[in-house]
Amino acid sequence: MKRYFHNFGERLIEGILALSGAVTSLTVLLIVVFLFKEGLGLFSQHPVSEGGVIVVNNQNPVKELSAKQIKEIYDQNITNWKEVGGKNQPIKIFRLEDITDYYPEEQLGANFEYLPQRLSELVSKQPEIIAYFPEQYLSKNFQGHPIELENITLGSFLGGKEWYPTIQPAVQMGVLPLILGTLWVSFGAILIALPLGLAAAIYTAEIADNKVRNTLKPVIELLAGIPSVVYGFFGLVVLVPLIQKVFGLPVGETALAGSIILGIMALPTIISVTDDAMRTTPRAMKEASLALGATKWQTIYKVVIPYSISGISTAAILGIGRAIGETMAVLMVTGNASVIPHTFLEPVRTIPATIAAELGEAPQGGIHFQALFALGCILFLMTLIINVSVDMVSAKKKANR
Amino acid sequence: MYSLESKDLHLYYGDFHALKGITMGMKKNEVTAFIGPSGCGKSTYLRCFNRMNDLIDNVRIDGEVLVDGVDIYQKSILVDDLRTHVGMVFQKPNPFPKSIFENVAYGLRVNGTKDKNLIAERVETSLKQAALWDEVKDKLKKSAFELSGGQQQRLCIARALAIEPSVLLMDEPASALDPISTAKIEELIYQLKENYTIIIVTHNMQQAGRVSDNTAFFYMGELVEYGKTKNIFTSPKDTRTQNYVTGRFG
Repeated sequence: MKRYFHNFGERLIEGILALSGAVTSLTVLLIVVFLFKEGLGLFSQHPVSEGGVIVVNNQNPVKELSAKQIKEIYDQNITNWKEVGGKNQPIKIFRLEDITDYYPEEQLGANFEYLPQRLSELVSKQPEIIAYFPEQYLSKNFQGHPIELENITLGSFLGGKEWYPTIQPAVQMGVLPLILGTLWVSFGAILIALPLGLAAAIYTAEIADNKVRNTLKPVIELLAGIPSVVYGFFGLVVLVPLIQKVFGLPVGETALAGSIILGIMALPTIISVTDDAMRTTPRAMKEASLALGATKWQTIYKVVIPYSISGISTAAILGIGRAIGETMAVLMVTGNASVIPHTFLEPVRTIPATIAAELGEAPQGGIHFQALFALGCILFLMTLIINVSVDMVSAKKKANR
Repeated sequence: MYSLESKDLHLYYGDFHALKGITMGMKKNEVTAFIGPSGCGKSTYLRCFNRMNDLIDNVRIDGEVLVDGVDIYQKSILVDDLRTHVGMVFQKPNPFPKSIFENVAYGLRVNGTKDKNLIAERVETSLKQAALWDEVKDKLKKSAFELSGGQQQRLCIARALAIEPSVLLMDEPASALDPISTAKIEELIYQLKENYTIIIVTHNMQQAGRVSDNTAFFYMGELVEYGKTKNIFTSPKDTRTQNYVTGRFG
């Protein structure tokens, strides 16, 4: 009887463990599916701003424009219909606030009740016009035809150089500056963190005596426990003004500031993983080197580092992973300008910072909202690649033993 | 003159008195076996001759250790130089994660030899001396980890020989190997005797009997008895030695 209960208990525990495993996997799967479902919805959206409509004169042969072309037209970089496949005539831009230039207020009605009719009239009279106004003013028998916007394609999303998700009349969803911003900041961070982390790890693993090591290790691990917003705050108050002063910049919020902060944040990971890898170097191997007359430093760079090289690469990749996904600190110090950076002394905008900053103001289910989810997918894929490479490096490490 | 000698050597690990006044000398071209139960201090004593004990914290040494008549614990001695004269082979094969060639060339490279031809020549002679050349001459570029345990140990011996030491310290060199590999190592020790002073620490009485000219029996940090191997095994003077070599304890 007792045995029976014992067995039952074992089964129960096994069941609970299996269940928690299943629940975890399912949750992860659900999150990924949700992310991609929302993100991919973007590519069936027209990039025209919410609730707006773009119309042209009925005689105008142009039926379809890309979001980029519309922005160029409204920025007056494209000034002739010929450039977008129409007749050779200059483009006349019309925004709703321009209506009073054409009609006195009494003709629009006290509550703008005649506005749809006047808009229709205006568009039918002006063959060169392109007009953008809210959809609610589009009358039933409107004289003119709306411009169809091309769907956002993966190519224009990934390769687009402009990220203006709320601009009117057509939103610009090019994430290249954000991807490059993320990569720049992360690359800079690893450039700072790797040499520093490697040096510190060599010191703690090989040179420091036990007393120093036992004080230093907890301090380094404490660094990992500081909330990222505190790092951001430190960066904003100390680092940003410093960079501004040292380089004589108009603003100190730059990729460099983000890289330094991220570098500091990646340090504990890099030091811990490298230190652990180096300490797995068999004592016998180090002794063999010393017994052959090698100095301590020769032993470190000819035996310890080659032996732990895969651990060091894992540390570097994990450090990059930490840097790529970091949000708050970067949001606070990088200046968040969505332009393609050319030097470390320019402001950049990273993917996580973009999502954090913009999700609050993006209407749920809208194009902006979905674009942010698509950004999330890109970030997810980036970190996935990093994790897979960590696995591959560690697998190689096991094969080497 | 002795090749290796110690005079009233005391060694302490913190408070633990590990070696208690060891005085003995070893001649050139002779193999001396150190025997004794685990923890008797024989490996610790061996490691005094190339100052490997320096790596351990809290080690204190009193007395003199002489290599070719020079006190190796005096301040003017460079430890790196000392270790090129006193080579060491460890209990477990411990090749570097490098190619077979680079393993043997390592000692030359760290000691500043740049001449490629000289290195290649030394690698070949060392591997031949270690009776490994024929087995590895076609795969010198392969990782040393691809060799068997016995081959790895002979590689480690070749590595130690490449820098042309005058002394070879062997800390249970065959304890991790199978009987065939062990026989090869013993054969090797016999041949190397011609050019080197050899000390071998071993737990294997038969091995001590086969390879050594002299045997020293250590017990609880003391040198109990030291003499011709023949005498130690057939007519030991001390009862502790007798009990140990006849297998009554240890």
